[in-house]
Amino acid sequence: MKGLGARALKEWLPPAALFVVAVVGWQQAVNVFDIQRFLLPRPTAIFASWHEQWGELWSAGWYTFQEALWGFAVGCGAGIAVALVLARWRPLGTALMPYAIAANAVPIIAFAPIANAWFGIDQGSKIAIAAVLCFFPVMINVLRGLTSVHPSSLELMRSYAAGNFAVFRKVRVPNSLPYLFSSLKVASVLAMIGAIVGEYFGGALTSLGIQIKSAAALFNFETAWAAIIVACILGIAFYLAVSLAEKLAMRIYPARGAQ
Amino acid sequence: MTHEHAAAAVHIAGVSKVFGKGGTHALDDIELEFQPGEFISLIGPSGCGKSTLLRVIGDLLEPSEGLVRIGGKTAHQARLDRDYGMVFQDPVLYDWRTVARNIGLPLEMMGWDRRRRAERVQAMIELVELGGFADHHPWQLSGGMQQRVAIARAFAFEPALLLMDEPFGALDEMTRERMNIELLRIWGASGSTVVFVTHSIAEAVFLSTRVVVMSPRPGRVAGIVPVDLPYPRVFETREDSRFFELVTAVRELLRGGAPAPVGVEA
Repeated sequence: MKGLGARALKEWLPPAALFVVAVVGWQQAVNVFDIQRFLLPRPTAIFASWHEQWGELWSAGWYTFQEALWGFAVGCGAGIAVALVLARWRPLGTALMPYAIAANAVPIIAFAPIANAWFGIDQGSKIAIAAVLCFFPVMINVLRGLTSVHPSSLELMRSYAAGNFAVFRKVRVPNSLPYLFSSLKVASVLAMIGAIVGEYFGGALTSLGIQIKSAAALFNFETAWAAIIVACILGIAFYLAVSLAEKLAMRIYPARGAQ
Repeated sequence: MTHEHAAAAVHIAGVSKVFGKGGTHALDDIELEFQPGEFISLIGPSGCGKSTLLRVIGDLLEPSEGLVRIGGKTAHQARLDRDYGMVFQDPVLYDWRTVARNIGLPLEMMGWDRRRRAERVQAMIELVELGGFADHHPWQLSGGMQQRVAIARAFAFEPALLLMDEPFGALDEMTRERMNIELLRIWGASGSTVVFVTHSIAEAVFLSTRVVVMSPRPGRVAGIVPVDLPYPRVFETREDSRFFELVTAVRELLRGGAPAPVGVEA
């Protein structure tokens, strides 16, 4: 246990030290170069504002995080479901794939103002944007994972007179898990971006995006920065949660190079 | 005659295979019969259809003409009854399964219960000398060990017929020679019939009771060389003058020259 603690300390100490140095350096740079506060406020001022509006910021953060979570759930769920269907009916997948890849390259966030008209200015439109953002990478990756199975692997299962379902359960699904999780990690980031940027185009006053936008408009840059930090913390926490789920799943279905 | 065919381990009658419409003529009118317990090598240059023939025997490919019987059954029925095991050049192990669970895969497919599976898997691990590696994952093993897992998996359900498609093709020469001896030991203990595809003349002669030499475009049987070297075959077998004569006989057939005078069947 002691060895483990020492190792953790060794791993965490350098980044933690770097963080402290960066924040102190930031503070000093603002002082020394007399940087205007609308360009870059002092960390101490941001922290003071963060502390002052703690409750408000975190409730706004939770409001926005819920949108991201729902968008993530709906988008990833739909992505997985469609990938399963397309893997089962390959010609359909082959026909749709170019469009899916093209749609994945579309700046979906550009639809945000229209989404407000379609799904309402409140949480619905943000969930929709986040969901669409999550959908394509998950669908494309999972489909790739389900179908990129070694041909000999299929011949082996065929030699056991295995049916489609057994091949799916014993080969395709485990094979797709690393693909799934790498896309879920991407999706967790996209969901937060979708929710917050979606809010920039209009949303509830209690949302993080609107808080950032209105604070900046009112020259409350410290508050805007504090709200951005809340968004960062939530985004990182979301990503880490997905990474943890990946670690647990990979313990059950280990993959080459995971350990 | 019919009765004799029913008893054959593998009976191949007039099998041809054409890929696509007017495409490659991979196999042309193959007539072969292997007896139970034989070790048959299929050898020939690339494109002679030896892997195709192996897949036709295993009902992984349909012949364009002709028929295949395995132990008297159609190839299709034999596959459904899981009458044969298959080993590929790539070991085709599943990364997410341990060595033990990879070996147990066919037993799972056949609905064996957990205890019976565990017992057989343990016996197979000992047979291929992988004791202590049961809980390892495939990527933690060397190429030779991975192929041993694949062989254990193929022999696990004691199929009467083993189909092996260049199983040692990716291994280095020394590992390959050691694996050859191990394979013969396992084959001797199992009493199975083996059909073994290879590029290596020495490997074919060393392993087989008979070597089927094939010629390409279209894939035909150029000749069959019976190997009268006694079993068990050991490292020294490769230094035997008879071994060299047989290697020369196979090489002559591969070159399409006149059969060497060592008792080559038509």
